[in-house]
Amino acid sequence: MPLVEDVEVRTGARVAATDRLNGEAYWKKTSGLMWTVLGIWFVAGFGIHFFANALNPIHVLGFPLGFYFAAQGSLIVFVVGLFWFAKRQNEIDEEFGVQED
Amino acid sequence: MSTSAGSKDPFIASLGKIYAGYTGGFAVFVVLLAILEQMGVPDRIIGYLFVVLTIGVYAYIGIISRTAAVAEYYVAGRRVPAIYNGMATGSDWMSAASFIGMAGSLYALGYGGLAFILGWTGGYMLVAILLAPYLRKFGQYTVPDFLGARFGGNVARSLGVIVLITASFVYVVAQIVGVGIITQRFLEVSFLTAVFLGLAGILVCSMLGGMRAVTWTQVAQYIILIIAYLIPAVLMSVKLTGVPVPQIMYGFALERIEGLEQGFRAAGMLPPPGVTGWHTAPFIGPNGAFSWSAAFNFFALVFCLMVGTAALPHILMRYFTTPSVREARQSVAWSLFFIFLLYFTAPAYAAFGKLEIYQTVIGQPIAALPEWIRNWQIVSPYGVPWVNIVDVNTDGIVQWGEFRIHPDVVVLATPEIAGLPYVIAGLVAAGGLAAALSTADGLLLALANALSHDVYYKMIDRNAPTAKRLIISRVLLILVAILAAWTAGNAGADILFLVAWAFSIAAAGLFAALVMGVWYKKTTNAAACWGMAVGYIFTTGYLVWTEFYGLSFVELFGTKEAILAAARQTAALPAADAELKAYAAALVANAGQITDGAMSWFGQLILTTDSVVLRGRTVARLWTLNNISGGIVGVPLSFFTIWLVSKFTTAPSQAMQDFIDDIRIPKGGVRLVDRREAVE
Repeated sequence: MPLVEDVEVRTGARVAATDRLNGEAYWKKTSGLMWTVLGIWFVAGFGIHFFANALNPIHVLGFPLGFYFAAQGSLIVFVVGLFWFAKRQNEIDEEFGVQED
Repeated sequence: MSTSAGSKDPFIASLGKIYAGYTGGFAVFVVLLAILEQMGVPDRIIGYLFVVLTIGVYAYIGIISRTAAVAEYYVAGRRVPAIYNGMATGSDWMSAASFIGMAGSLYALGYGGLAFILGWTGGYMLVAILLAPYLRKFGQYTVPDFLGARFGGNVARSLGVIVLITASFVYVVAQIVGVGIITQRFLEVSFLTAVFLGLAGILVCSMLGGMRAVTWTQVAQYIILIIAYLIPAVLMSVKLTGVPVPQIMYGFALERIEGLEQGFRAAGMLPPPGVTGWHTAPFIGPNGAFSWSAAFNFFALVFCLMVGTAALPHILMRYFTTPSVREARQSVAWSLFFIFLLYFTAPAYAAFGKLEIYQTVIGQPIAALPEWIRNWQIVSPYGVPWVNIVDVNTDGIVQWGEFRIHPDVVVLATPEIAGLPYVIAGLVAAGGLAAALSTADGLLLALANALSHDVYYKMIDRNAPTAKRLIISRVLLILVAILAAWTAGNAGADILFLVAWAFSIAAAGLFAALVMGVWYKKTTNAAACWGMAVGYIFTTGYLVWTEFYGLSFVELFGTKEAILAAARQTAALPAADAELKAYAAALVANAGQITDGAMSWFGQLILTTDSVVLRGRTVARLWTLNNISGGIVGVPLSFFTIWLVSKFTTAPSQAMQDFIDDIRIPKGGVRLVDRREAVE
């Protein structure tokens, strides 16, 4: 493995990368996305499992449904949710022109 | 990966080929060993070859990745592509506890064990949306670096270092115990020798190349650990159901387990101590009925593990190594994907293992039990044999409650239980070793970097030349490693319960300050320092108090009935301090004079306060919460402290606001308030 010394150092900024109004609008939309994903996190991580007892009598492929959500269903939501988040946030970056160069 | 500056790098461009070749080579190696086994090579040699050869490969990667550049040493040159950083994070994250312990916990706890599955995956959502991209944009070397730059210097930095060291040290000791458990069984050496052999393996990976060596070793370790976890699960699925997709097929195993459990109960049998008799039932007490306490414990544990995941510095520091903010976000998603592959298989592993034992061991004559049981009847560091048949009713037949298996060996022993070839057992051992070593590497590096970069370079000698900094870093790495191995060798399994504390401590100490630092512009320096200190001291104090002084905790927060019960438990402890036992006995003797604790109104606020006997101590439980979920109060308290103190202290300066603006957007540079905080 070759030694590479050309490490990017990005601490020399003197001015803001975008103007104040655009920055604020960007942050508002980013915060909106954050709350949406946090909502998904809460429902998949906690909300659905409040009903584990009610869901368990339903069996799908042998799985009691309440058990299934905690063992697999919520995990799938987490993984898909994060890829969706990464994509959506990239779109927001580009919409406001603040993506990396 | 199009935005990365590193994509032009020939090494980065050929990563796919390198690791594909490596995976192929490993597959050929496994097949060769399988052939050797068929030719009659003894099991012992197969075990040796697995352990020695895989550690040899990690050491080789560690040595060729040696570096003398600071940025390579601390953040792998910031050119690790999202997907590879995801794999490295996966193996950094999945420790001995995930690989060896989790399926075992699920085996024992059934639905209750799923709290670990949810907690240890859901936390990545918090990492991705709240922290990782902003820490990457900030772009320095360590988590305490961020605290120092955002909250005005060395007080915040030191607090961060203290929390980091407390959480990471117990964690790394547990990994070394894990390495010891595996090497002890497969190399047939003493536990202490096994621990120091493991230590040597860990050090060659991380010492010469720092983060760079650890990253590329961790990717290699991920590949081995995931293969080693999936193959036995697939083989068991084929054996029991005929279909090689364990994650879908274990539903049928669950159904059969439910049926068998019902049959055992109908026959008047009881499950073994510590194992649930209702594998799939949520939130139940020992009698199988719904329990508020079990439900509360489940959700509190999920919360603490999630928030703890998002606050553990050895995980967060991995996102400093990606080439861009954009890739940092993608990298969290990939991390979770790679972790998911193991975690959604673990419940299948547990179900197949349990079904196999219920079908082939329970009800058999003890004299006719298979060979593998003898292999695992060696004494564990917990003082009892890993697998233990206790013929309670002396009828010579294994009853449901008479087969005792320690959760830590369920994964390691299952291939043998299922009658798979020994090469699979060796493969699982290699996987467990990869999991423990990779996590230990990451933790040791986080510890040594905090000491060398944050304490020595940033706080003691800012003018230290590069060469000297790297030498100090390596010396500290060795010292911390030896201290951890010494602790593991002496305290052994007695301190494993402390790992669970690491999550609550990191969550209460760091999470609020990190999140508020990015998301709440008005957070002041004093507020963040108070928030960290209050969260850390409160949570650590609560854990120590309930664990080691349980009776005194109940005396303050319990009702008179709870105090009497705790006193009875304490007086009956087999190995407790004589003075404490005499005190407890005196309480019991004068039971009529006991009154409710002074704070018992608080202790009854949600559920009652009680105590249980665990680990030879009377452990108090506020609101019936096990102390593994100690962060449930500490985390909100830390947030509240930060918000409150921010209201009463001078708002952050314009320069600080500019700094926060800069880390919030991916584009452009970062205007540090104090230029001396820059790493280069």
